[in-house]
Amino acid sequence: MAPRKSASVSSRKSAAKPAKKDFNGGTFAEFSKEEDLNAYREMLLIRRFEEKAGQLYGMGFIGGFCHLYIGQEAVVVGMQAALKEGDQVITGYRDHGHMLACGMSARGVMAELTGRRGGLSKGKGGSMHMFSKEKHFYGGHGIVGAQVSLGTGLAFANRYRGNDNVSVAYFGDGAANQGQVYESFNMAQLWKLPVIYVIENNRYAMGTAVSRASAQTDFSQRGVSFNIPGFQVDGMDVRAVKAAADEAVAHCRAGKGPIILEMLTYRYRGHSMSDPAKYRSKDEVQKMRSEHDPIEQVKARLMEKGWASEDELKQIDKEVRDIVADSADFAQADPEPDASELYTDILL
Amino acid sequence: MARMTMIEAVRSAMDVSMERDDNVVVFGEDVGYFGGVFRCTQGLQAKYGKTRCFDTPISESGIVGTAIGMAAYGLKPCVEIQFADYMYPAYDQITQEAARIRYRSNGDFTCPIVLRMPTGGGIFGGQTHSQSPEALFTHVCGLKVVVPSNPYDAKGLLIASIEDPDPVMFLEPKRLYNGPFDGHHDRPVIPWSKHDLGEVPEGHYTIPIGKAEVRRRGSAVTVVAYGTMVHVALAAAEETGIDAEVIDLRSLLPLDLDTIVKSVEKTGRCVVVHEATLTSGFGGEVAALVQEHCFYHLEAPVVRVAGWDTPYPHAQEWDYFPGPARVGRALVEVMEA
Ligand SMILES: Cc1ncc(C[n+]2csc(CCOP(=O)(O)OP(=O)(O)O)c2C)c(N)n1
Ligand SMILES: [Mg+2]
Repeated sequence: MAPRKSASVSSRKSAAKPAKKDFNGGTFAEFSKEEDLNAYREMLLIRRFEEKAGQLYGMGFIGGFCHLYIGQEAVVVGMQAALKEGDQVITGYRDHGHMLACGMSARGVMAELTGRRGGLSKGKGGSMHMFSKEKHFYGGHGIVGAQVSLGTGLAFANRYRGNDNVSVAYFGDGAANQGQVYESFNMAQLWKLPVIYVIENNRYAMGTAVSRASAQTDFSQRGVSFNIPGFQVDGMDVRAVKAAADEAVAHCRAGKGPIILEMLTYRYRGHSMSDPAKYRSKDEVQKMRSEHDPIEQVKARLMEKGWASEDELKQIDKEVRDIVADSADFAQADPEPDASELYTDILL
Repeated sequence: MARMTMIEAVRSAMDVSMERDDNVVVFGEDVGYFGGVFRCTQGLQAKYGKTRCFDTPISESGIVGTAIGMAAYGLKPCVEIQFADYMYPAYDQITQEAARIRYRSNGDFTCPIVLRMPTGGGIFGGQTHSQSPEALFTHVCGLKVVVPSNPYDAKGLLIASIEDPDPVMFLEPKRLYNGPFDGHHDRPVIPWSKHDLGEVPEGHYTIPIGKAEVRRRGSAVTVVAYGTMVHVALAAAEETGIDAEVIDLRSLLPLDLDTIVKSVEKTGRCVVVHEATLTSGFGGEVAALVQEHCFYHLEAPVVRVAGWDTPYPHAQEWDYFPGPARVGRALVEVMEA
C-alpha cells in the first residue's frame, strides 16, 4: 500500500484501528493546471461567500441560524468535479458551499440568508432550507440526518428510471449517529442503490467532539455490517477528494450499490454564528489552518508549478470578491417577501 | 431569594433534584461537557460527574427509548431534546412506549421521565427551529404537558415534573429564557432580573402540575394562554385598555378547567391564544371545553388567536407570530361581538 502523497489530516487516525484498505491505496493523480485553477476559484468563492455571510450576520442583516462551511471547501468542490449532469446532491443545514458548488447563484443563496424574495426559497426558508431543481440540489435540511434517507430515495428513483445517475448524500459525523442512517444503509445495499454517502467528519457535532458521542469513530467503517464499502479520504486535499469521488461514482454507476466516503475535514468557525467554539483550543484551529488549508494547498501548488502568478491569483480573488459583493448588495436591497407569500407552497 | 433567568431557574431545578435524589440523571445532545446549547445544564457534569450528567449522540429515538428503559427500572431521567423540533424521531417512543408503559403493564412499570425541550419562535429559527408541538403531546393519553412562563414557575414546575411518577413533556418557550418577551420584537426585552417572577428560591420547592395562575385580574374577557403568549396577552390587555383576565395555564395536561370556567362565568367572553398553528391546536380543546361548561354564560363566541396554518417562515417571522396587535384585535372583536 503506497503512502499518502499529501500531508494528511488522517494522521489523527488511531493506530489501534482495524486494518483496512486506503482509498486508491492513498495515492491519487495530480491535478492538471486547469483542474487546479478551477478548484482554486471554486473553493475561494465558497470561502469569500462565507466570510461575507459572517459579516452580514454580524451587521444584523442575517438572523437566526447560519452555519459556515469555511475549512471544508475541498469536500464539495472535489466531489462535484466527479459528478455529471443529472446527479443529485442533498445535504444538511451547512449547505451554502454545496449550493455554490452545484452552480446555484450566489445572489440566490445570499438573499435567502437575509430572508428576501429573491432568495432561493423566496426568503421563507433561510440558511438551512434551499433547493434547485435545475441544479439537482435537493436541499438544505435543518433536521440532522433526515437527508440521508431522502438521498437514498433519490438513488432509488435513479435505479427505477434506469438512468446511470448517482445521488450524493452528505452528512456530518454527528448525523452519522441517527438511526435512520442505518435504516438507509440497509435498504441501499439491499436494493443496490447508486448512492454515495459522504460523511463530512469535521471532528465536532456542535460542541461535542466525535469521541464523546461515537463508539466507532472511524466513520468509513459504519457500513461494515451491511457490506457497504467505505473509505477515509483526506478531505482537506481536493485532489484526494476528487479521486475518491471518481471511484465512488464509478462504483455506483456500475450498479454495485452504495458506497461510503468519510471525509476527514475541519470547520474553522463555530458550529453556527452564535457559537464561540470554546470546546476546542485556538491552537487546534490554527494548526489546521496553517498546515492543511484546502485553498492554500492549491495556491501553493499553482505558484510552485508556475501555473499562476501572484497577480493572476489576485485577479481570481478579485473576480470572486466581485461576485460575492454583488450577492451581498442584492441580498440587502431586495425586498422581503410579500405577506401574500405566507400561504403559498403548502398544499396545491 | 436569588434573581434568575429562566435558564438559571431550569438549571437550578435539575441541580436541586440531582442533589436530593441519586436516581435523577440528566442527559442529551451537547448537555454534558458543553453544558447545553442554551446553557441549561452548565456545570452539572462538573458537579455530579459523567455518569449523572452526560452527552448523547444525535439519536433522539434512541435517547428517549433508553430513558424509558432506565425509568422502568427506577431511574429518573431528565432528558434535554435540544429543540422541540428535533423530537419527532423520538415521537414513536414517546407515544407508544413512554405514554403506555403504565397502562400496558397494569401499573407494574412506570415511566417517570422528563423531556425538556425549548419551543416556539421569535429567534429567526425558521421552520425547523421554532415549532410548538404541544398539541401532538396533549393528543396522546398518558403524558403530562407543562409549559412555564417565567423563572419562578419553571423551577418549581420542573422539580415537580422530575418528581412526578409519569412522563412529563416540559416545554420551555425559548424566547422567554432571558426575559418576559411580549411580542414587541422591536424593543429590548426587560431582563428577568428586573421582574418579580425572576425571584427564585435557591432551594427545593415545587409548583403542583395542573394548577393555572391568574396573571391579571379582569372582568371584561378571559384570555387563556401559556408560555410566551401569557406576556403577549398581558401586553395586549394593557395596550387595548380592555379589562382582560389573563390565565396562565402552566400545564395543559392536566388542565385546570376550574380556573378557566370560574373566570369565563364571570366575564362571559373568552379568547384562547397560542403560538402553535391554529388547526387542531390546543386552543380548539379549550374552546370546546369552554362552550361545554360555560355555554349559558357566554356572550360572544370563543375566539382563538394562533400561529397561521403554515410552517414557521424565516422571513415574515413577525407576520406569523401572534403578537400583541393580533391579540389586541381579537380582544376588541370579542368585546364588540
Ligand atoms: C434531529 C436533530 N437533532 C438535533 C439537531 C441539532 N443539531 C443541529 S446541527 C447538530 C450537530 C451536527 O453535527 P454534524 O452532523 O457533525 O455536522 P456539522 O455541524 O459538524 O457539519 C445538532 C446536534 C437537529 N438539527 N436535528
Ligand atoms: Mg461535524
